[in-house]
Amino acid sequence: MITLRPRCLLGQRFPVQKTMAIEQDEIEKIAALARIRIEPAQVGQVTRRITEILRMVDQLQAVDTSDIEPMANPLDATALLRADEVTEVNRREAFQAIAPAVENGLYLVPKVIE
Amino acid sequence: MQWETVIGLEVHLQLATRSKIFSGSPTTFGAEPNTQASAVDLAMPGMLPVLNAEAVRYAVMFGLGIGAEIGRRSVFDRKNYFYPDLPKGYQISQFEAPIVGRGSFEIQLEDGSTRSIGITRAHLEEDAGKSLHEDFHGQTGIDLNRAGTPLLEIVSEPDLRSAAEAVAYLKALHSLVTYLGISDGNMAEGSMRCDINLSLRPAGSDTLGTRAEIKNVNSFRFVEKAIRHEIDRQADILEDGGQVVQETRLYDADLDETRSMRSKEVANDYRYFPEPDLLPVVIDEAFIEEIRAGLPELPVEKRHRFIAQYGLSAYDANVLADSRDLADYFEAVAAACGDAKIAANWVQVELLGQLNRSELALAECPVAATQLGGLIARILDDSISGKIAKQVFEAMWQGEGSADDIIAARGLRQVSDSGALESMVDQVIAASAAQVEQYLAADPDRRKKLVGFFVGQVMKLSKGQANPQMVNELLAKKLV
Repeated sequence: MITLRPRCLLGQRFPVQKTMAIEQDEIEKIAALARIRIEPAQVGQVTRRITEILRMVDQLQAVDTSDIEPMANPLDATALLRADEVTEVNRREAFQAIAPAVENGLYLVPKVIE
Repeated sequence: MQWETVIGLEVHLQLATRSKIFSGSPTTFGAEPNTQASAVDLAMPGMLPVLNAEAVRYAVMFGLGIGAEIGRRSVFDRKNYFYPDLPKGYQISQFEAPIVGRGSFEIQLEDGSTRSIGITRAHLEEDAGKSLHEDFHGQTGIDLNRAGTPLLEIVSEPDLRSAAEAVAYLKALHSLVTYLGISDGNMAEGSMRCDINLSLRPAGSDTLGTRAEIKNVNSFRFVEKAIRHEIDRQADILEDGGQVVQETRLYDADLDETRSMRSKEVANDYRYFPEPDLLPVVIDEAFIEEIRAGLPELPVEKRHRFIAQYGLSAYDANVLADSRDLADYFEAVAAACGDAKIAANWVQVELLGQLNRSELALAECPVAATQLGGLIARILDDSISGKIAKQVFEAMWQGEGSADDIIAARGLRQVSDSGALESMVDQVIAASAAQVEQYLAADPDRRKKLVGFFVGQVMKLSKGQANPQMVNELLAKKLV
């Protein structure tokens, strides 16, 4: 079982496990969250392949990173900020010309209700 | 059982920048749908965010305003979820390294007592667009004008214990952010939106109960009502031996109840990870000190100063220090008339009352502070009575000029000429033989009441312009 949380990407201390297995139902959950359709017949194969990738992650987890500051970005640079100025003009017509459905200036999408 | 309420609030504050947090689109409220949505806001392929410096500055101002640690190196993260008003499929937010760390500020309760409320953190993020669920042939309409508007999400500690405290906290926060000028604080336009986390626990316990979260409550009044309703709901469940379910609820203002949001197929799992399109934001000491030096006097400081400098009550100081405009107006009136306590009274009762009745904001007030100060000065030097002053104030409101102009034009100056007053007093006594007899036969206590009749008659005769103190003195002399 793994949890895809930033701390593992950031190289913070993470409990090292012998093997990181991923269950089939977890693959289904991740696929649902990412809006990726995986055919039932493929689930087994995807699970095996991701498990292989996670084995490589296991190897990386073995490195002691307790003294290393988490890295948010590989570039050795910091953000450049822009001045608070309006630089964009209204281009609604151009954008809506390539939208599948619009009405009264709104983009129309399949009905969503929370 | 006696239950203790534990409340923490998350406030989404729209920052008053001209352009969006990651694009150069305008942030004006109420524009035609999608006319303020650029390629970045629409998540067109290849578009990259560039952070607005002013949003960073506003966040730091807030941090300094609550005495918080400022994140010297803050990082943006992606919060992933699918919803059509979020075209990228993720919201750029901050997770592990927010720009504002732990802080606190003081709130004042109705009874004048104060409490310090902890702020866990505040972070920058972008707003989403708006979904319009009215029927568009079975479809939903999307307006992305709001997408990318800068938000500061301010998370409080679970330090609040009642609906009244939650409202006091929000009012204090509103006051702080409008003083700082980092938000217009316009709740009707959604500039300050609130999520409420609420749980109950047996009184005296120090472990937290299971909480419910109430989303998107947009006015002080609704926050109060939503909290009261939710307290009753949870207490009923717990009294019946049940368990509160950890869930997200919506407050329905029409029905005055909260109800469970239809739970999504999968529980929220935002899979935060560092936003690769933005580099870490590094804030140095010089930047912070420059902002600190430019901070205005904040509401709490002003409140304390009003009490110390002018001798105002905690209540009056709280009302008058609520907004910078009102505080400035009050101080200008006090300076113009020289008596802060009377100025405080006039501003709160007459001025705010009239503004309320006319549904005007202070900025639209037809009476300038110097005018009101001039009017009060005429009360203080006995030129007019307090009663006549209200008449003059009315005239001022109608634009008839300064207090002196109105008093002169309408002949309202108080009669303090003892000769003129004496003849009026004589006239009243001569016309009221029965009352005089009654008065003379009465004991001293009763006389105090009966003298009011004569004062009233003299005031009537003088059309309210007689100096009441002098009339009283004359009557005391004559009625023997």
